[in-house]
Amino acid sequence: MIVADRKPFSELLEMVDGCNRIMIVGCKGCVTVCNVGGLKEVQILASALKIARKKTGTPLEIEETLLERQCDPEYIELLKNQVNDFDAVISMACGVGPQFLSEAYPEQRFFPAVNTTFFGGAVRHGIWEERCAGCGTCIIHQYDGMCPISRCSKSLMNGPCGGSSHGACEISPDTDCIWDRIVRKKMETGKVNDLINVAPVKNWRSSWHGGPRRRVREELTK
Amino acid sequence: MSETFEPRILAFCCKYCAYAAADLAGSMRLSYPTNIKVIQVPCTGRVDIIHLLRAIEDGADGVYVAGCLEGECHFIEGNLRARKRVNYVKEVLKDIGIETERIEMYNLSSAMGPRFAEIAQEMTQKIKELGPSPVKMNQAA
Repeated sequence: MIVADRKPFSELLEMVDGCNRIMIVGCKGCVTVCNVGGLKEVQILASALKIARKKTGTPLEIEETLLERQCDPEYIELLKNQVNDFDAVISMACGVGPQFLSEAYPEQRFFPAVNTTFFGGAVRHGIWEERCAGCGTCIIHQYDGMCPISRCSKSLMNGPCGGSSHGACEISPDTDCIWDRIVRKKMETGKVNDLINVAPVKNWRSSWHGGPRRRVREELTK
Repeated sequence: MSETFEPRILAFCCKYCAYAAADLAGSMRLSYPTNIKVIQVPCTGRVDIIHLLRAIEDGADGVYVAGCLEGECHFIEGNLRARKRVNYVKEVLKDIGIETERIEMYNLSSAMGPRFAEIAQEMTQKIKELGPSPVKMNQAA
């Protein structure tokens, strides 16, 4: 899923400065799963904003809404009858949400409530870790199920580097050196010879380095 | 102002401990301030962040959650979760610029009737010193 962090409260409060009536739109997709922009988080943000504004004597009216997803126009369209009735709209979806909303309703101002961070999963309840960099050319199978692109700080294809220390990365002792784990697993499974061959230079054009990406699948287009 | 100010304080009390302790306090004829309004919950783990925020939003001067002693939760760790949620709300209040002491977490057992009365007095006294919630004050204005 896409993992995000809620923006600092002061930043959000500043966004709605001068507004009397706003809408907060949550998303039932990734941000619900990573507990940052689902129904509960919409309610919490709305309540916190209302408290802050009541404190300053300038009450804020907030409409709380939740969309199935904010990355599909069919759901964005559901807001058409009400979206322009507000001074501003806060989207709690990943970076896609505020953009899709802005494209659909150019008259309205949309603010992002979250900082979108990475593609990852919950290793434990409340703890998420990065697992994919969306590079566009998956090579996980060559490294026994561990992605060196997203999980090595240098995205090394032929590691580890000299910064690997006791299984940790030099950037932080809390960050595992994925190359340490790859090598260990290869040794345990008797496949260490796989690492003798030097992995060729990766073609990064399939990644974001080749510019914004677009996919057209003819069998699905109408 | 502080002489006439009677705070409204909400207490989320666990059925197995704090609520039973309140019962015991009653049976023992212990008096505690009438400012406390008790809401019984099956476990403090049921108390969510939004419940605490809404209480503040709707004008409560203080809110506290009273659960079992740590390690003695009927549902193992409901009270530990409640404490984390209370701490989250404290952070939210700090961001907003409201005194974090307006929300607290307490732990006690069902046999601690006098402690229940003491907590009620302690909380009431603290909120009286802090004065009315700024949310309520500006709302009235």
